[in-house]
Amino acid sequence: MSETVIKVENLSKQYRIGAREGYRTFRETLVDAARAPFRRIAGIMNTQSATRYPQSETIWALKDVSFEVKQGEVIGIIGRNGAGKSTLLKILSEITEPTEGRVELRGRVGSLLEVGTGFHPELTGHENVYLYGAILGMDRWEVTRKFDEIVAFGEIEKFIETPVKRYSSGMYMRLAFAVAAHMETEILLVDEVLAVGDSAFQKKCLGKMGEVATEGRTVLFVSHNLGAISNLCKSAILLDMGRIMTIASAKGAISQYLHSIVDIGSGEVELDKISSEAYFTKISTLDSKGHPTAYLPLTEDIKIRFEFDVLREIKGLEVSFSLYDENGTKLFYSGASKSDFVQCLDFSPGRYIAEATIPAIFLVPGMYTIRAGLHQPNFRMFDQRSNVLRFNIIETGSQDYRYNNKNIGSILVQFKWMVKQCGEADST
Amino acid sequence: MSNSTTTIIEPRKGWAPVDLKKIWNYRELLYFLTKRDIKVRYKQTVLGGLWAIIQPLFTMIVFTLLFGRLAKMPSDGIPYPVFVYAGLLPWTYFSNALSASGNSLVGSANLITKVYFPRLIVPASASLAGLLDFFVAMIVLGALMVYYQFLPGFAVFLFPVLVGLTFLCAVGAGLWLSALNVQYRDIRYVIPFLVQLWMFVSPVIYPVSIIKKEYQWLLALNPMGGVIKAYRASLLGHLSIDWFLLGISSVIIIVLFISGLFYFKRMERTFADVV
Repeated sequence: MSETVIKVENLSKQYRIGAREGYRTFRETLVDAARAPFRRIAGIMNTQSATRYPQSETIWALKDVSFEVKQGEVIGIIGRNGAGKSTLLKILSEITEPTEGRVELRGRVGSLLEVGTGFHPELTGHENVYLYGAILGMDRWEVTRKFDEIVAFGEIEKFIETPVKRYSSGMYMRLAFAVAAHMETEILLVDEVLAVGDSAFQKKCLGKMGEVATEGRTVLFVSHNLGAISNLCKSAILLDMGRIMTIASAKGAISQYLHSIVDIGSGEVELDKISSEAYFTKISTLDSKGHPTAYLPLTEDIKIRFEFDVLREIKGLEVSFSLYDENGTKLFYSGASKSDFVQCLDFSPGRYIAEATIPAIFLVPGMYTIRAGLHQPNFRMFDQRSNVLRFNIIETGSQDYRYNNKNIGSILVQFKWMVKQCGEADST
Repeated sequence: MSNSTTTIIEPRKGWAPVDLKKIWNYRELLYFLTKRDIKVRYKQTVLGGLWAIIQPLFTMIVFTLLFGRLAKMPSDGIPYPVFVYAGLLPWTYFSNALSASGNSLVGSANLITKVYFPRLIVPASASLAGLLDFFVAMIVLGALMVYYQFLPGFAVFLFPVLVGLTFLCAVGAGLWLSALNVQYRDIRYVIPFLVQLWMFVSPVIYPVSIIKKEYQWLLALNPMGGVIKAYRASLLGHLSIDWFLLGISSVIIIVLFISGLFYFKRMERTFADVV
């Protein structure tokens, strides 16, 4: 039971970056080849340039990563974008080779880095199940044996003989995940597959993942969904800039992650342009006097301010945010328009400010993170920033001290209560 | 259930042999990818599989008018339509398979960056899929042979070997081109050009006999040269197999294939990073 099935030693992966990354033309190679002897001479003269590529042109996507996973463990891998999570899974699933280091895997490895890779739109669901199964390394008999189960799990019995290009994106994802979920490998590598589909589907996937976890199979699970990580995994690996920051219990790693990702203290963050249509320029939390700060008193109304640029006419644009607690659990979603998105506003190009007011005595003291979104509901996402800003709700007076360190949830509610005497107690 | 297989992942250096066992383990994928290519090829077309016949048939008609009638190209005493079709048949397969496999890796970039399998399967399945078209197009040759009253001779038993050689030649060149294509996108533009030029140095529209006997071996250095000549001899029965030319071509095909395997294998580990 406690046998080591994944053993990773000093794993490193170097990528070349910059304008010359990726494919090259013949001319470049020929020029390079012609220069090589001179470079070698230069290398002898000057030991510093003896390395194959100049330091500035390379990046270590992973550096000296070592860990072990025992059979039956479900390990989460977290970290911000570019931390090396996907690179790690790609090396473990043999898609790409490490630059240094060694990995030992005991047992069949199944990897699920993207749901539905290899589905062909012209083929029917039926044909795609077999094709995708083969791509994932299952044999025909394995797929045939599980075919009914797969179709039932994907809930597409009626459309199984329809080309998948006629499927809705939800059906497509369901079928693809259904095939992948029925892989019977001893080791399973999963990357962010739960980020797709509607919430019902996500719930189903999570359920299946939980099931897999109880079957004694070993799972490495990359996700930005910290709630899912803390539910499914006992322990987690926190990666940052290609290095392991921590290997700890899922809860511990998550809290360290949340503390590391946002620059606390400022209460505002300037953002880069990432869309040519609409994007956030700045997000800040303001106290009742309108000053940006990350420490907000419990007893005052606070504002979350979103500044954004709209670069073209956009109809029905929604500004929204979700609030997450320290454990990564989503507390609520709130949008600028009224509920059910009926009244989303039309925007013409310009710079805009949106402010949401969170009333006083509403959030329990503690740390919160914001995910902000600019989108056309159910249609298009222009800009989405996870964990973009972190703030603390702090105790501000002895009167409210009662909230400190009490397990009362995250939201303070003041409901109407009625308490009265309604008879005699049974004293016998 | 656990330690049935142990995988070691380490950086590899230099040349490595092809891991046949791994490819065998993934034979199902080869089968399904080939099947996919075949099924998808003529989806949403009106004429469907007829395209497999139309392409060589119309080329044959045009060539017959141009080279047979107008240019009076010699054809070893065989009626020009049969002569040119017997050459076009393997050539069409070869050129299609070569372009398909040469572009296959770049075309499956999403697969390569997301799933592991022996990459060799991609160009191999691209070349395999064209074989169906090849056999469909044989129907026309059959019809022409009936019309012009040709019977294949004893040499027809060589036919499967020739098909195998053509396949190996397409895969061999495809391995080189597809691996180079990942690194150098110039190859995408080289392929159509290469195929066009290659046809003119292959005895498709002209017989080998228009070249002086002592220089014919030069033609066989182009591996398809000896093979196409052998196809005609094998199918039409009028001519005898030129073992010397076929031998030279076979050796070159085998060299091309094996060197392609090694080069492909060497480049394979960087595909996902570069493609």
